[in-house]
Amino acid sequence: MTAALTRRALLRLIPRPLLFGGILIGLSLVLAVFPAVFAPYDPIAFDYNALLAPPSRAHLMGTDNFGRDVLSRVIHAYTIDMQIAFFGTVFPFVIGTQVGALVGYAGGTADAVFGRVVDAVITFPFLVLVIAIVSVLGPGLVNMYIALGVVGWVFYARIIASEIKIQKRLDYADAGRAMGYTPMRIIFRHLLPNAITPAIVYLMTDMALAILLGSSLGYLGLGAQPPTAEWGVQIAEGKNFMSTAWWISVFPGIAIVLTGLGFSLIGDGMAELLRTRK
Amino acid sequence: MSMTLFLIRRLLQLIPTLIFILIVVFILVRLLPGDPTSAILGDRALDADVERINRELGLDRSIPVQFAVFVKSVATGNLGNSIQLKLPVTQLIAQRLPVTVMLTVMAAILALIMSVPLAFVAALRREQAADTVIRGAFQIGLSMPVFYMGLLLLTVFGAKLGWFPVGGYGDGFWDNVYHLFLPAFTLALSLAAILMRNLRAAVIGVVDAEYVTFARAKGLQPRLILLRHVLRNALISTVSLFGLSIGTLLGGAVITETVFAIPGAGRLMIDSIYGRDYPVVQGMTMALAVLVSLTFFLTDVVEAWLDPRVAR
Repeated sequence: MTAALTRRALLRLIPRPLLFGGILIGLSLVLAVFPAVFAPYDPIAFDYNALLAPPSRAHLMGTDNFGRDVLSRVIHAYTIDMQIAFFGTVFPFVIGTQVGALVGYAGGTADAVFGRVVDAVITFPFLVLVIAIVSVLGPGLVNMYIALGVVGWVFYARIIASEIKIQKRLDYADAGRAMGYTPMRIIFRHLLPNAITPAIVYLMTDMALAILLGSSLGYLGLGAQPPTAEWGVQIAEGKNFMSTAWWISVFPGIAIVLTGLGFSLIGDGMAELLRTRK
Repeated sequence: MSMTLFLIRRLLQLIPTLIFILIVVFILVRLLPGDPTSAILGDRALDADVERINRELGLDRSIPVQFAVFVKSVATGNLGNSIQLKLPVTQLIAQRLPVTVMLTVMAAILALIMSVPLAFVAALRREQAADTVIRGAFQIGLSMPVFYMGLLLLTVFGAKLGWFPVGGYGDGFWDNVYHLFLPAFTLALSLAAILMRNLRAAVIGVVDAEYVTFARAKGLQPRLILLRHVLRNALISTVSLFGLSIGTLLGGAVITETVFAIPGAGRLMIDSIYGRDYPVVQGMTMALAVLVSLTFFLTDVVEAWLDPRVAR
């Protein structure tokens, strides 16, 4: 009885967006890790007896122009697109956090130079810069991650730097200095853990953006390469069949929307949690 | 007077930004693998040809010298020639960029038309049914990739219903507007979602401010309070967000142009990537970045006009 009550009280403490987002992303992760368990067919196997078949009991989301099962391709694409959400954001997050912490603690000239770099980077349309870098490196997921890392760290660094600037003036930072700790120890052991939360909130939004960007590049032919099942690639494959076989493109798009929604709901929920705690 | 000073200072700030843009574009093409010479000659080029082209493009000289040459040619309006189309890149930019600008401006206007009234409704009916529906719809709009939205709209309103053309740009201003309506609407949705969310929060913040309570206590008409006091102050943060979103909007325009087959700068850029036409990719990247930095300048001026405190 009391256990049920506390559980309900705990559930109420979790903001609704965080709960729904968590469920969406939890399910997405399960599909991403065990796609073969849930996919009814091989995602790249041709079936010439079922070309462009509309959704039916045998093929819940129909088949494409090669007779490949759309549902199985959508499920297997979770592996690729969740990977994009991870690798597309982890390098910017790690690099940006370190640079931001150092710049924020140092202040002065380093901070002024960094400010100029930020100003300059945001004058490039993000997608255009990523596309330009990918065009020089060549299409593919790895080059896309490199391009995202080169550009994306700036946003994390900006968030962390402004947060560290507040933290370093607090008493506990002075205490650390009085104890004779090295600046590195103060920055990374003491200040950073207290400064990192806003960056983590941004990380969630950024994962949603990474999926949008990754699928956009896939659609343009610059990201994941066919026959890999990736939502953007699938939508591009089905675009010429929109009037006759809408299911090839429509279902992967729904997967993108749901996953993007999941990440941004988690971000919103975490932000809400932080506001109420303050 | 302080406004003039603000304008001058802000104009001076453009200089380092423009220099940085030049550096990035220069590095992009020269230092990364996949050099322009092999793009021109292909993989089975003779060594002598490679050397000749390298000399023609100035690639045999040191990096600082190359950069100086690059800056000089940009300053004289020479961005090289397109490898595929055999036309000067500047001419291509002059041809294609206006199309992209028009698409982006139309999208920005549509986004404002959509987001401002809806943000007010959502903010003034906070936590009620209308608020929930509006926020839900925009949340989904935010997670919807531009190319997917475009494809859906194109199929339904272009191919099935035949209300709009399924691609192209048309002739004459109004025909252009007609051709660009659906793409601009596609592009506007994601921006509208971002603006709506921000403006809603801003309106909620302003409605509770003391000067609004005071205006109400004075017995001013509610509509007047909304327009003069609430809208103006809530718009300030939205204008700066709007400026920051222009880059995203232009990026979206690149994709929208590809989906709707519009002959703009973005479409040309993507085509040039497939054809490894580096001078065009380089020129377009630079043109779009310059466009964004000019937009930043303009939004800063508008912001200062709305809120003189910004200019200090």
